[in-house]
Amino acid sequence: KERTALKRVHMGEVAPNERVKSNVEVNTGLTADEAIDEARRCLDCPDPTCITGCPVEINIPKFIKRIELGEFLDAARVLKETSALPAVCGRVCPQEKQCEAKCFYQVKMQKEPVAIGYLERFAADYERESGQISVPEVAAPNGIKVAVIGSGPAGLTFAGDMAKHGYDVTVFEALHQIGGVLKYGIPEFRLPNSIVDVEIDNLKKMGVKFETNFIVGRTATIEDLKEEGFQGFFTGSGAGLPRFMNIPGENYIGILSSNEYLTRVNLMDAANPATDTPIISGKNVAVIGGGNTAMDSVRTAKRLGADRAMIIYRRSMEEMPARVEEIKHAQEEGIEFMTLTNPVEYFADETGRVSKVRVQKMELGEPDASGRRRPVPMEGSEYDIEVDTVVVSVGVSPNPLIPSSLPQLETTRWGTIVVDEEKLQTSIPEMFAGGDIVRGGATVILAMGDGRNAAASMHNYLQDKLNP
Amino acid sequence: MNKIVEKEHFSENVVRLEIEAPRIAKARRAGHFVIVKVGETGERIPLTIAAANPERGTITLVIQKVGVSSRRITDLNVGDELTDLVGPLGEATHIEKVGTVLACGGGVGVAPLLPIVEALKKAGNRVVTILAARTKDLVILEEQIAEYSDEVIIMTDDGSYGKKGLITDGMKEVMEREKVDEAVVIGPAIMMKFAALTTKEYNVPTVASLNTIMVDGTGMCGACRITVGGKTKFVCVDGPEFDAHQVDFDEMLLRLNGYKEIEKGAEQQYLKSKDK
Ligand SMILES: Cc1cc2nc3c(=O)[nH]c(=O)nc-3n(C[C@H](O)[C@H](O)[C@H](O)COP(=O)(O)OP(=O)(O)OC[C@H]3O[C@@H](n4cnc5c(N)ncnc54)[C@H](O)[C@@H]3O)c2cc1C
Ligand SMILES: Cc1cc2nc3c(=O)[nH]c(=O)nc-3n(C[C@H](O)[C@H](O)[C@H](O)COP(=O)(O)OP(=O)(O)OC[C@H]3O[C@@H](n4cnc5c(N)ncnc54)[C@H](O)[C@@H]3O)c2cc1C
Ligand code: SF4
Ligand code: SF4
Ligand code: FES
Ligand SMILES: [Mg+2]
Repeated sequence: KERTALKRVHMGEVAPNERVKSNVEVNTGLTADEAIDEARRCLDCPDPTCITGCPVEINIPKFIKRIELGEFLDAARVLKETSALPAVCGRVCPQEKQCEAKCFYQVKMQKEPVAIGYLERFAADYERESGQISVPEVAAPNGIKVAVIGSGPAGLTFAGDMAKHGYDVTVFEALHQIGGVLKYGIPEFRLPNSIVDVEIDNLKKMGVKFETNFIVGRTATIEDLKEEGFQGFFTGSGAGLPRFMNIPGENYIGILSSNEYLTRVNLMDAANPATDTPIISGKNVAVIGGGNTAMDSVRTAKRLGADRAMIIYRRSMEEMPARVEEIKHAQEEGIEFMTLTNPVEYFADETGRVSKVRVQKMELGEPDASGRRRPVPMEGSEYDIEVDTVVVSVGVSPNPLIPSSLPQLETTRWGTIVVDEEKLQTSIPEMFAGGDIVRGGATVILAMGDGRNAAASMHNYLQDKLNP
Repeated sequence: MNKIVEKEHFSENVVRLEIEAPRIAKARRAGHFVIVKVGETGERIPLTIAAANPERGTITLVIQKVGVSSRRITDLNVGDELTDLVGPLGEATHIEKVGTVLACGGGVGVAPLLPIVEALKKAGNRVVTILAARTKDLVILEEQIAEYSDEVIIMTDDGSYGKKGLITDGMKEVMEREKVDEAVVIGPAIMMKFAALTTKEYNVPTVASLNTIMVDGTGMCGACRITVGGKTKFVCVDGPEFDAHQVDFDEMLLRLNGYKEIEKGAEQQYLKSKDK
């Protein structure tokens, strides 16, 4: 009983006016005492509904109990039984929609749920900072070569699991850095690169090889790789293709996709004067969209010195797909939210640089296929907003590089790869796929879950095939 | 990896590098390009594969110094390595026997033109090539182009070599004189704009290879986008070659200037740091 009387821990944060001056991580993490106190709240439910909310079914009460006992390294070990990147998921999972939404507190008591995400982050950070990271045991090498296409969370998870089974794993990555969206998309202030790098180092210690600057289908084809002895392939090539709205003026200078904006800042470190990649981040920045990517872009704009950093979103606050925490942080940082507003045209100065966006007010009509109420334009409600930078963040499409180089690979009409739902096997038997290339834009944890399931299936498939 | 095995100066500002890249040398076709980055803090820039030697495992790049990144790479020497090199990128040139092809290269655009001229000739076309430059010293790759051309016409702005005049003057002369089935134009955007207007007068189907600003080169960012026939296209994956009569060159000219001031500052800083 007294457990339920405890109050949910508050995550420490760097003050808004301070944090917008740099890329410092906003959330400061829990202290050991705070973590133990929060762990006490967990009721160790006989039927832990929280687990059903986690896409990879982490044994949540088990790891939380280890924290309560002060056995933090053990807690981290429990996490790693199911999640390859707990320090990442503890930071970026939409917990409020997943595990925490199914917590007994939330469901049965209308109280704030146990802070599962914070605790997960705590255990993972503790392990990393202790310098005693456990490198998972690896089976004796079986000499079978498998290739991973793409180094995002799906590919990294797959690679780790296959290495554990003793396979000879090579990860091929098109960009010059490993990590996929974790590196080029999600900013430092939410997920420091150093945390991702520790996980990559771990994989290297397990024997996983990485080849950057290697585009499968271009630098070498799947056929070439087969000739080099690769027997299994996992495609985790992501949903990297930016969408635009195709409205007049959208190609003026100063209008960028969020992928370009975030890639310049995160992958190329363009805001640092010591690097060669240029970026112009204006004083009046409008970001079009309401997802995580939009929120990351607008908060980046603020950090690059924008006076006005605005979200322009065609639905209302309630429909916004971004994480609740990100919206809250953005509001604290002085981001302006223009909801029920949609751009219809851009105007430029004589040099071709965008100077104004014409927007139209929207109202919510009948629910559409996604169940959300469809925004309907209000005639005659147009007005102009002065801008010098616009970041278009209205979604991404699947990366076409792999499908276009493999005509026999079955895809949907949206360009995602078709897989068997359980095995994650594609129409090419030795190729498995997962993450955003299968799901369209989804989440880190779903991509990791796919990587894990695909590894189990490919292991079975290859063992059956090679040792009949 | 990516070691420079040969370096040659075509002129003060144009350098040829031969670089170890066995996989790219094997996989590339005419029209393909690579993305190169020099140094950990370097910028990713696109450069056309001017030639490749699969046996030797090398590719050749011809680079004109125009700013900090092109200077960084041309300041490397034999034995140095490129930090990052990825490719081959873009759609390969569509090569077919069509009859007579007018190939037009302006400035350093002659480098990307070379593999196309070679492929067109090998496919059985009659190839008339026009090389244009401001002045004699800037005419590059004349010998290599001549090897695969039935005729080479040189045009210089100041008349110091070949004929005096603009590339479009040379093009008109050829199109007046004989039936041209197709034209290929590669060079500065402004040259391609006027070359395309010229071939349009003569109803000659024309391909231009666009050199927009790029970041990833894999279709991920949209920095390279451009309007072709009223539709937005990504030059790195849909191109770099397009129907020149459909390209909005005015938009392209504006977009190329998007970072001009920062770029000039970065170049000055680099030149100063070299002086020290
Ligand atoms: C800005 C931003 C913020 C986000 N925030 C969150 C968040 O807070 N929480 C959350 O859960 N999710 C978030 N997401 C979504 C999440 O990042 C993705 O769902 C996840 O990264 C998908 O993982 P993946 O492994 O499928 O692919 P990706 O992470 O996209 O990685 C794919 C990799 O494959 C490489 N590649 C592609 N083709 C080839 C090829 N032919 N050869 C070699 N390499 C190739 C790409 O270069 C890329 O590095 C966010 C996404 C973005 C863009
Ligand atoms: C498909 C393609 C093939 C190319 N092939 C060659 C080649 O074979 N030889 C060659 O000398 N040049 C080539 N270029 C042009 C070359 O990429 C640019 O000259 C180079 O990027 C300039 O960088 P910088 O830092 O030296 O100059 P900057 O001072 O930064 O820029 C000078 C000008 O170059 C253009 N530019 C700047 N950054 C980029 C970028 N990231 N990508 C593309 N253009 C940019 C802009 O118009 C800019 O104003 C090619 C471009 C493309 C798109
Ligand atoms: S991985 Fe994500 S959903 Fe699963 S327990 Fe951790 S924070 Fe919750
Ligand atoms: S549902 Fe909540 S209280 Fe119950 S075990 Fe899970 S985290 Fe603990
Ligand atoms: S360079 Fe990024 S999409 Fe073409
Ligand atoms: Mg530059």
